[in-house]
Parts: sequence; structure tokens; C-alpha cells
Amino acid sequence: MRIRLEKRLTPSRFMQIATPVASVLLTMLLGAIIFQLIGFDGPNAIFQTFITPIVAPYKWVDVLTKAAPLIIIALGLSLGNQAKIWNIGAEGQYIIGALTGAGVAYSAPSAPGFAAIPLMIAAGIAGGMAWAAVPAFLKTRFRVSEVLSTLMLVYVALQVLNYMVDVPWKDPNGHNFPQTAPLTPAQSLPQVLPGTVIPPGFVVAIVLTLLFWLLTTRSVYGFSVRTVGAAPEAARYGGFDASRTIWSTLMISGAMAGLAGVIEVMSQLRLINLGFPSGYGFTAIIVSFLGRLHPVGVFLAGLILAVTYVGGQVAQTAVHVPEATAGIFQATMLFFILASDILVRYRVRVIRDAPRVQPAEAVA
Amino acid sequence: MLTFIIDALVTVVGVTTPILLAATGELVVEKSGVLNLGVEGMMLVGAVTGFAIALTYGDSLGALAPWLGVVCAALAGAASSMLFAALVLTLGSNQVATGLALTIFGIGLSSLIGSGYVGTIIPAFDSLFPDSLAGDPLWRVIFGYSPLVYFALIMIFAVGWFLNRTRAGLILRAIGENDISAHSIGYPVIPIRYAAIAFGGAMAGIGGCYFSMVMTPMWAEQMTAGRGWIALALVVFSGWRAGRLLAGAYFFGVLMTLELYAKASGFSFLPSQFWAAMPYLMAVVVLAVISSRGVAGSEAPACLGRPFLPSS
Amino acid sequence: MSLTTRRNFMKTTAVGLAAPALLRRAWAAEPLKLGFVYPGPVGDYGWSWAHNKGRLAMDEALKGQVVSSYVENVKEDASAIPIIKDLAQQGNKLIFTASFGFMDQTIEAAKQLPDTKFEHCAGYKKADNVGLYNERFYQGRAVVGTIAGHMSKTGTIGYLGSFKIPEVVMGVNAFTLSAQAVNPKITTKLVMIDSWFDPAKEASAAETLANLGCDFITTHTDSPAALQVCEKRKIYGFGQGADMSRFAPHAHLTAIEDNWGPYYISRAKAMLDGTWKPDDVWMGFKEGCVEMAPYNKAMPDDVKAAADKIIAGWKDGSYDVFTGEIKDQSGAVKVPKGQRMEDKDIAVMDWYVQGVQS
Repeated sequence: MRIRLEKRLTPSRFMQIATPVASVLLTMLLGAIIFQLIGFDGPNAIFQTFITPIVAPYKWVDVLTKAAPLIIIALGLSLGNQAKIWNIGAEGQYIIGALTGAGVAYSAPSAPGFAAIPLMIAAGIAGGMAWAAVPAFLKTRFRVSEVLSTLMLVYVALQVLNYMVDVPWKDPNGHNFPQTAPLTPAQSLPQVLPGTVIPPGFVVAIVLTLLFWLLTTRSVYGFSVRTVGAAPEAARYGGFDASRTIWSTLMISGAMAGLAGVIEVMSQLRLINLGFPSGYGFTAIIVSFLGRLHPVGVFLAGLILAVTYVGGQVAQTAVHVPEATAGIFQATMLFFILASDILVRYRVRVIRDAPRVQPAEAVA
Repeated sequence: MLTFIIDALVTVVGVTTPILLAATGELVVEKSGVLNLGVEGMMLVGAVTGFAIALTYGDSLGALAPWLGVVCAALAGAASSMLFAALVLTLGSNQVATGLALTIFGIGLSSLIGSGYVGTIIPAFDSLFPDSLAGDPLWRVIFGYSPLVYFALIMIFAVGWFLNRTRAGLILRAIGENDISAHSIGYPVIPIRYAAIAFGGAMAGIGGCYFSMVMTPMWAEQMTAGRGWIALALVVFSGWRAGRLLAGAYFFGVLMTLELYAKASGFSFLPSQFWAAMPYLMAVVVLAVISSRGVAGSEAPACLGRPFLPSS
Repeated sequence: MSLTTRRNFMKTTAVGLAAPALLRRAWAAEPLKLGFVYPGPVGDYGWSWAHNKGRLAMDEALKGQVVSSYVENVKEDASAIPIIKDLAQQGNKLIFTASFGFMDQTIEAAKQLPDTKFEHCAGYKKADNVGLYNERFYQGRAVVGTIAGHMSKTGTIGYLGSFKIPEVVMGVNAFTLSAQAVNPKITTKLVMIDSWFDPAKEASAAETLANLGCDFITTHTDSPAALQVCEKRKIYGFGQGADMSRFAPHAHLTAIEDNWGPYYISRAKAMLDGTWKPDDVWMGFKEGCVEMAPYNKAMPDDVKAAADKIIAGWKDGSYDVFTGEIKDQSGAVKVPKGQRMEDKDIAVMDWYVQGVQS
């Protein structure tokens, strides 16, 4: 009896949806067992991390606030990932987008809200795009791997942030602390839409999910991106320019990251300090994969990951698990989904050896 | 003057060694055609394991405890890399995402394991050479280092020799350049890649335990502070050649030490953030230069990052 | 699922712990709940550890009257806001946020929860329900500076700093001025590593300072890494935030200990009495909030006496390290002779005194 992997004719739809769900459930199960073994209240830790944020209304704001940037960035990343273009530097683009958006605010401090806010958002998008343009240029012109160039630029972006809040944009009334002056109300977005628990960023996330869904499933561009990723030779024959795909996907993901960054600044703390980089750019990569690179999947995955973040904090106070717990759960979910990827493309078949046939009596 | 140079050299060596260790391992991995972005996570796993072992057996084993710690750090790093290897080699999963998952997992796991060890100390390594040499103000530039420093130097030379002068190394490089052809000739692509990844994990683990056992004999969460990513940049920066890796590692070490010296001496003509960004900027620049020119032997292994999908 | 069911869920999980307290309500006052938010791990043997020690002292002193809880490793970004609010929603009436990086988050949470009281450490933004508290660590720097001034043979002393914020700047200046009071030719080499906690970088920076001739190093970062370097290089150093002598038995002469216990006890008492008001306190030796660790046996008696004299001077108010004449690095006189700097000027200090090489 053997186990054989047979390539499927078409990727299994069922598996594509079942595997993310199974990954989450398996993580919860495994997590409960392991944490119980190492001395914590395992089931309670899992409950607080995964369930409490969903069932406790006062946590919904936090979940949606955290989900918004994750979804926005991951939507952009998923597009590139479909074309096998790996933007690891979304964190850097997020930071630069926030800086450019805030920069517009500081250079035009008295502009009225209806002008300032769209300008800031546009600047944030532009900033993210510009930061992603460098890796795009390097890849198309110098064949530099975008994995490495985008990653290196994250650290450069961090230093740019450190410099800007310490020198040119340091709050003059800030007692010399390395942070920017707060944005004025005309330059800010409300933390939640009045009367609801929905942050403005989440509304943007919903709209973008729809747009990306249309783009991916209903447009020629979306088709070209998928083809470039799945069959580069065929794509070339079809007239889809790889170079254009590289530029467009990196620009789009950079734009999304920048957008997420500027929205975060305008609606949350309304200033930028050294703690601003929250790691959304990296977590969005997990969201993208967990959502199987599909806009709707990404939307749901973003919510799930936001739940683990928020739940991880609750678990810290309720069960006293260390802060690192959320990261372990997130990585585990990603491991499971990556491991189960094979089930989408291959079918597991158990082959029974044919019963041995007795050779006919030897000829006497 | 001489003391000044010697002091500076010793500091540079200290800064460079962990990065060199991790990068040496990753060089082998990438030469075999696999991109493992999980270096930072593996280093942290190694760091916490080495520290924990040395602490637990410090009383019973005395001076041997640190050595046991290093061995266990290597094993821990290799074990964590096997998680990556199984996913990437046997299940064909995306290398970039899996490597990132390993990093995040390693950070979280090490924090979890290490949470009980913060604030404790371990016995230091005994020096390999007698105190008269190791402590001597002049000769310590050669003899005064922790054993791991010498290990790192030996390893990079050994790896360079292995890759360029042995048959096994040739096979490994062939697999990294064209795995399909290598497979058709009959070379065991998957087992060799497993071995390479395990080696990379072990070296990353040792590099990590350098932080918690030599540089600052203590454990602190995320104490590698991004050095794993510098190691990755270094492999690229070196054009995937061992000799250049050694030079590049020390170049980075000099850059990082220069940043500190400049600050301490009051040279602030460029903001400190610029210096901190230098290693990464340099890596990008070098990437552009070597990727475009396609200098023979300086290219990335052709199969780097691509899953091995034999048609059979 | 109806709202009632969800509420029951919450009651049974998070708030269920209060059941015993609810039962006791009939004949005893419910213990006051206090929350603490730390930026680092409580085991870091530095900043967060010291705050936690203070919290435990408060628990002990007011046993039965207070119940405290804490969250550690809280990132200093916007996600701190829900964490602070969580503590409030779990019933904590007074919440201490122990890092300047929580400043705006505390203000935001306070705005949304006007019935909860907050105290922010090391910041400057107040509100009706937000008080400020901090310690005059620079007083401790003056003590270690005096010691270094007496004992330094090279005349060069080192300061391992984190960020160029007023708290660090005033520490550097206090260290330098007090050393210069003993040995006017002393210079201070300063390295800012742009982090509160990076043991490897702290070690390299300490090595660099030692390479450049420092035989005394004091740190403004949270790990004992620099002290380990001092021990190896056979120079002297000082612990930061806690007694770190176990990491460097020979090199560690003394440490500036953050003693938050007395403050937390007094604030808890104020809450219990109902006399809590948002305040803006800056405490030092006099209030018992800054203490020095036991002196190393290697310190000569006359140095010990000199150090004790400084401490006594801080306590009775006869000594202030920021007494003129003080010149900055360019030579300009910032504080005229005989005059003492005012608190408000110290709090925003962004210039270094002469003799600091930065």
C-alpha cells in the first residue's frame, strides 16, 4: 500500500476554501494542547485569543481597526503574489506613505479639511508608490530580486522615519521628544464613524475588497497578472508584458501600503512617533496567503488575524501568556496553510498493490 | 596608536562574527537553490536554546556547559530549519512565505521559551589560549577571542573549499543552477537540499547563540535585533561567493563599528540614522551592480527560490 | 445570538473573577483595582522590572485593600490604546502607563473613559483624569558622576545613551557636571544607540567607549550588557534602574535604583481616601524614589563619603547639580553663577554642557 500524489487537472475549489478554515481550526487545537502542556490554561488562552474578540462587543472596534490596514495592504500584495512578484517591503511603503501624508499636513497647516484630507491621502498613496518604484526599477532594469530589494528598503524607511521625527518634523512643543506635532482636526479622520464601531479605514477596506474582486476576476488586467504568474511563457505569447506587470503590481501594492499608513496616522494617534511601525506590512503577507490571494479570502483572513492580535492582548491580561503568543499562533496558521497548499494542487491517492498472482506451474 | 587599532579590530570582530556565522550557513542553502528567509527566527531559537542549556547545566558541567550550549543551539537551529525544509521541499510550498513564517514563529517561540530566563547569567566560555596570550594587549588581536570567532573563520574557509574544490560541492552548486538537469543525471536533489538547509539552520543557531553566550551572556527577547536580515543581505552582497562573503561581513562590521566610533567621537556631520541605514543601502546598491552585470559566478543560483518540480 | 447571551459570556469569563468580591460587598469594601502597563518584560531587570517591583510593594503594603494587574511588552504604537482601555474595562480604576511612549495613547484612552483615572510616567500631557509622574534620575547621575570624577584615571568617562530626549540629556549633563566638580578636566564621551534595549549594540557601544579611553561607563539603556563589557575590560560601570552587581561583581560600583514603591503606595492610598487629583510630580532622593545600590567594596572610603554627601545634599535641598555657572558646548553661559536651573528648563533640556563629546 502506497500513498501517491496525483496532480489534479484543475486546482480543487473545495480545498482552496477548506484548507484556510482547517488551518485556523488546527492552530486552535494545537495551540490549546501545547499551551496546556507548558503550564498555561491552554483552552482558555485559545478562547481569549480567538473567541473573545468575536463575541465581546467592546472589542469589535479594536478588531476592525486592526483589520483595516491588514486587509488594505494584503489586497495589494495578493495581486503581486498572483504574478509571483513578492513585495516583502510593504512595511517600508506603509511608513513612507504615512510620512508623505503627514508631510503634506505640516506644509499646509491651515488648509481646510475638505482640501487637506484628500491631499494627504493622495500624498500617502504617492509616497507608498514611490517607495515601491525603486524595487520595480531595480527589477526591470537590473534584474534585482524584489524580495531582497523591498526588504532592504524597509530598514531604510525605518531610519527615514527615525530621522524625520527627530529632526525636521519634531514637535516644537513636544519637549524635545522624537515625535511629530499632532495633526489638527481638519487633518484628521474620526476614529470611528459617528454612532458606529466602524473605523473609516474599514470602510475603505470593504470598498477596496470589492474593487479588487472586480479587478481580479472580471478584468483583462487581472487575467494578465494571473497568467504572468502561472505561465510566464504563455503570458508572453499572449502579449502580456512582464515588465509592465512588475511595475503595475509593485506600484499598486505600494499604493495600498501607503494608503493604509496615511489612514492609520490620520485616524489613530494623529501623530507619528518611533513606535509607529506596527508590523502590518509583514503581517499582511500572512493575510495574503491565508486568504489564498483572493480578495474575499483576504478580507476574511484580515479579520481573523486582527482577531488574533486583539485576542492575544486579552489573553495576556486574562491568562498571563506572554505577548509573543499571538505571533506563534499567526505563524502556525501560516505554516498549516502553506503545508496544505499541496492538497489544492495534488490529490492524495492510496494505491493498493495488486495481489500477487501465483505464477503458473512451471512447465514440467 | 597600535592599541587603538587593536581595540577597534577586536570590536569589529565581535560585531561581525554572528552575522558571518549565519551568512555562511545561508550561503550554502542558497547555493543549493533554496531561499530561506527564516534566518532571524532560527538565530533566536539558537540563542535561547544555547543560553538555556548552558544555564541548566552550568553547575553540573562547569566549563563544559557553554560548549554543550553551542551544540544544542546548532541542533535547535537545524530542527527549526527542518520545519521549513519539510514544507518547502516535500510539500512544495512557497519559499518566501514559509521563510517569513519561520521568522515570525522563531521570534515568538524564543520569546516564549526565554521568558523564564530573563535576568539570569551563565558561565562564560573559557578561552582557547592561555591567558598570557589571550589577555596580552598586543596578542589578543589574534588569540583573545571566543572560540566561536575561530569557528566562524574556519567554517567560511571550509565552506569555500567545499563549494569550489570538492565534488560534493560541485554537485550542490549544480543543483542550485539547474535542478531539473541535475535530477536527470541522477543527483539526489531533495536530500542534498535538506542537508543544506539543515546546515544553514545549524549555523544560524550558532550565530544566534553568539549573542546570548558571548557578546552579552544573557537572554533578552529579540536580542538579535535584525542581524539575521543583515546576514541575508550579506549573502547577496557577496555575490554568493565565500571569499567575498568573508570580506563583506567584515565590511559590514566595520560600517557598524564606524557608526559607534563616529558618535562617540562627536563626528555628527551626517545624522546617525544615515549610518544605521548604510548596510541596507549598500546591499541594494551592490545588488544592482552584480545582478545587472551578470559577472560570471556572481549571479544568484539560477534555481534560487523556485520549487523543485521534477516532471517524473 | 441575543445581546444578553453575549453579556453572559463576558460575565462568566473575564469578570467572573470578581464574584468573590461581589459576595463580600455586603460587609467589606471591594478592593481597589489598579492597572499597570509596561513597555518591556517584567524580567528585564531594568525599567519595567523596577515598576513591577513598585507594584508588588504596593500590593504588600495595602494587602486586602488593592488588587493590581499588569500587561507587559506593550508596543508603543496605537495598539496600546485598546490595551489601556481593556484594563479599564476589567474594572481597574487607576491605570499607570509606565513609558513616555504611551503618552498620546493614555490621553486618548482617558478621553474615551472619563470615569477612569490615569497616570502617565515620563511625559508632559495632562488631562482632567490624567496625572503625571516621573523621577529625577539625574540626581542619581550626579552621585555616579561624583564617584567617576574621584576614581577615573584617564579623565574620560562614558555615557551610553538611548535617544536624544530631555531625560537622557539631563542625565548626561548631571553626570558630567558632577564629575567636573571633582576633576574639572573630565570629558564625557556620549554614544546614542537609538534604542532602549539592544544588548548586542549596547555591548559594542560600551566596547567602543572603552576603546576610546573611558574607564567609567554609565548607561541609559535597559540591559546589563554594558556592565558585562566593563567587567571584561576591567573598567568600572554603574547599574541602571536596578542593582546589577550580579552581572559584573567587580565592575559594578553602584547603581541608580528606581524605587517606585513609595509613590504607588501613596497614590493607591489617595484613591482609597478619595483624595486623588491629577498631579505633576517629579520625585528624587528626598521622596525616597531614587536610591543608590550598596557600594562596591572596591570603592575607597573617601569616595563613598563624597557620594553620600551628594545624596544628603539632594535630600535636604542644599545641593543641586544644575547650579550655575553652566556653559554649553559652544561656551555660552546657560545658567549664571550661583543660580539654580528651574524645573521647567531642566524638563526640556536639549543642549549638552561643555566637556561632553557628542
